Amino acid sequence: MQKINVGKKILGANEEYALRNNLLFAEKKTLCLNMISSPGSGKTTILTRTINELKDKIRVGVIEGDIQTDIDAEKIRTTGAPVIQINTEGACHLSAIQVNRALTQLPIDGLDMVCIENVGNLVCPSAFFLGENAKIVVLSVAEGDDKPAKYPAIFAKSKVLLINKMDLLTATQADFDIERVKTDARKLNKDIEIFPISAKSGEGMYSWYEWLEKQVKNL
Amino acid sequence: MHEGMIAQNLLAIILQHAEEHNAKPTAARISCGKLYAVNDEALCFAFDALAQGTSCEGMQLQIEHKPLQAHCKSCSETFNVDFAKPKCPNCEKGDFELLPDAPLILEEIEFEELPCNDWQKNKTHQE
Repeated sequence: MQKINVGKKILGANEEYALRNNLLFAEKKTLCLNMISSPGSGKTTILTRTINELKDKIRVGVIEGDIQTDIDAEKIRTTGAPVIQINTEGACHLSAIQVNRALTQLPIDGLDMVCIENVGNLVCPSAFFLGENAKIVVLSVAEGDDKPAKYPAIFAKSKVLLINKMDLLTATQADFDIERVKTDARKLNKDIEIFPISAKSGEGMYSWYEWLEKQVKNL
Repeated sequence: MHEGMIAQNLLAIILQHAEEHNAKPTAARISCGKLYAVNDEALCFAFDALAQGTSCEGMQLQIEHKPLQAHCKSCSETFNVDFAKPKCPNCEKGDFELLPDAPLILEEIEFEELPCNDWQKNKTHQE
C-alpha cells in the first residue's frame, strides 16, 4: 500500500470562481452582499423594501438563489431592479460558478451593489465563499432565540445580523429573548453589527440603510 | 447537505490522481476546519454514492477535524474554541478574536499499488 501527499484544497474550484467574482466587484467598485438565513426569515421582503427605499441613493442588482421557481425573482422585479434567478435544482446552497454565470447577465456597470440571496438554509451556504464583501445573516423572531448557539458558523462569519419580524415580538409577545441572541452572536463574533428590524412595518430599517450607504461610500 | 458538493469535488480530484498514477485508490485523508460544518456520515454517504462505478468505489475516508482557534484579547492566550462555552479557558473572559478557520484539504491518498517509477517521481512513502 502506498500513499501520496496531495495537500490540495477540496473546494479550490469554487474558490477560484469566488476570487474571480471578488475581483470583478473590486474593479467595478460594486459592493457584494451574500444574504443567508433559514427559509422564511424574510430575506426577499427585506431586499424589496431596501431597494425601494434606497432607490435614489443606491442602485441594486439581485441574484436570487432558490431550489426551484422564480417566485422571489418576481417579487424583486416589482421594484424595477435587475434580477437573475438561479435554480439549484435540489442543491442547498449557491456556488461561486453559478454566481459567476449570473454576473454575466447583470448590468453590473450601472450598479452600486449586488445582493445575492442565497438558498434558505442556515448551515450549508456558510461553507461556500461566493466572492462577496460581506455575509449578512438574517434571523427572524419566529425562529427562536437559540439559533446563534445552535448554528454558530454562519454567525461567526457574518458582518451583519438582521433580526427580522420585530413587529411580531410586540404584537404577539413571542417567546424570544433578543438580548440572548445579541449576547450569543457577539460571543462568536465580537464585531458583528446587529440591527433589529421589521421589513414589514419598517421599524429599525433606517440603521440598516445607514450601514449600507456607508459600505457603498467606502468602496 | 453541502457534503454532497464537497464529495463531488473530492472525487474529481482523487480520480484525477488515480488516472495520473494509474492506480486504484483505497483510502484518503482529509482535514477540515470547524466552520465548514462537515458531518462525517453525510460526507462518506455522499462520497460512496458518487464513487459507485468509478475506481474510487469502496474507498475509506478519514476526516480529521481541526479545532477553531481564538486569541484572547484580555490575557493573550490562544485557545481552541468550544462553541458551547465560548470563553477563554485561561481568564474566563469572552473577549476574543477568532483566528482563521483551517481550510478543507485533501491531505493524502492511499493506493493499492503504485508503479515503481511513479513512486520515486511523486516523493511518496511506503507504509
